[in-house]
Amino acid sequence: MDNGLDPIWGLYLLLLGAVATYIPRGLGVFISGRIQSNSPLFNWFGCVAYGLLAGLVARMIVLPIGPLEEASLGLRVLSSVLAVAVYYLSRRNIVLSVFSGVGLLSFGIWLG
Amino acid sequence: MATPSIHSIDFGSPGRAFFGGAREGLGVPAFVLFISYIGFGALVRQMELPIWFGLTSTISAWALPGQIALVELSSVGASALIIFLAVFLTNTRLLPMVTVFIPYVRNEGTASWKYYGAALWVAVTAWMLCMKRCPEIPQNQRLSFFVGFSSLVWSGSIIGTAIGYMMPDLVPKPITLGLVFINPIYFLILFAGNLANRSWVYALGIGAVMGPSLHLVTPELGLLITGIVAGTAGHFIDQWVRARNASSDGARHG
Repeated sequence: MDNGLDPIWGLYLLLLGAVATYIPRGLGVFISGRIQSNSPLFNWFGCVAYGLLAGLVARMIVLPIGPLEEASLGLRVLSSVLAVAVYYLSRRNIVLSVFSGVGLLSFGIWLG
Repeated sequence: MATPSIHSIDFGSPGRAFFGGAREGLGVPAFVLFISYIGFGALVRQMELPIWFGLTSTISAWALPGQIALVELSSVGASALIIFLAVFLTNTRLLPMVTVFIPYVRNEGTASWKYYGAALWVAVTAWMLCMKRCPEIPQNQRLSFFVGFSSLVWSGSIIGTAIGYMMPDLVPKPITLGLVFINPIYFLILFAGNLANRSWVYALGIGAVMGPSLHLVTPELGLLITGIVAGTAGHFIDQWVRARNASSDGARHG
């Protein structure tokens, strides 16, 4: 079941992955202790975080990597729009909105 | 007479806030992460890596996009330097997220190492939820609430990794694709529910357009550039709109 990954090499790569993941988190704590939370700089950090996440989520929907590539772009976008519409129409029901978006996608694939 | 609490959610003590957070995580948040990590576990198996590799990754570096980069690059035998850089670049979003997040859980007198520890669990779901909830919770209970919430959702991710690895590929395709789609849709809905800060909304809109476009140009750096450009633009557009509104108000009254 495994491709002969050397355990020591594997652990080394996992350690690198953990360090590479912790550096931005640790730096974030460091910076947060040095700027005022009501300053323009703080607001800018929030804007960058939102910009990054919006870019990431939009990329996952518009240009997915992996199995979602099999669903058409139109179906993915339509399902996303439906989820947001249901969210506002249902007075912010998260479960209902997520399942209507996901349901539409599955139904679309099932139809072919 | 005791002053009435201005906080609408008071768990009574930090210990109870931990369980309050865990209860909040047990439901849609844990389910979404559980499903997403089933996908990750399946990826680890498809890449012919051992199960301990996937599990250790979820335990030690809980942030899905970086984990996917680690697994894909490790299985094709990429160099250590390439793997380090790829995981780091994928996770740079965590820096501004943590910077903005810590003031929401800060409490006078808490040792700073606790924040450095808690940062291990800052990921989109807990980040969004706690920024929304924390202002309603007494200050000394916020960090416990966050850790309770995150550790439950994290446990769901670890279990999901194991189940995804062992699950046979027998699930019908419409269901599999739907499950993969839950993650981006859930994040989208979290955004829709968290639009109080005007400048963050501008950044959100610009980032959503720039993210996919720049990914086509430079998949490695596209996201980072998107965040900095969309964030900076959102910040200054908001300042400009405020300044204009303030001056038009002034003109009306003056």
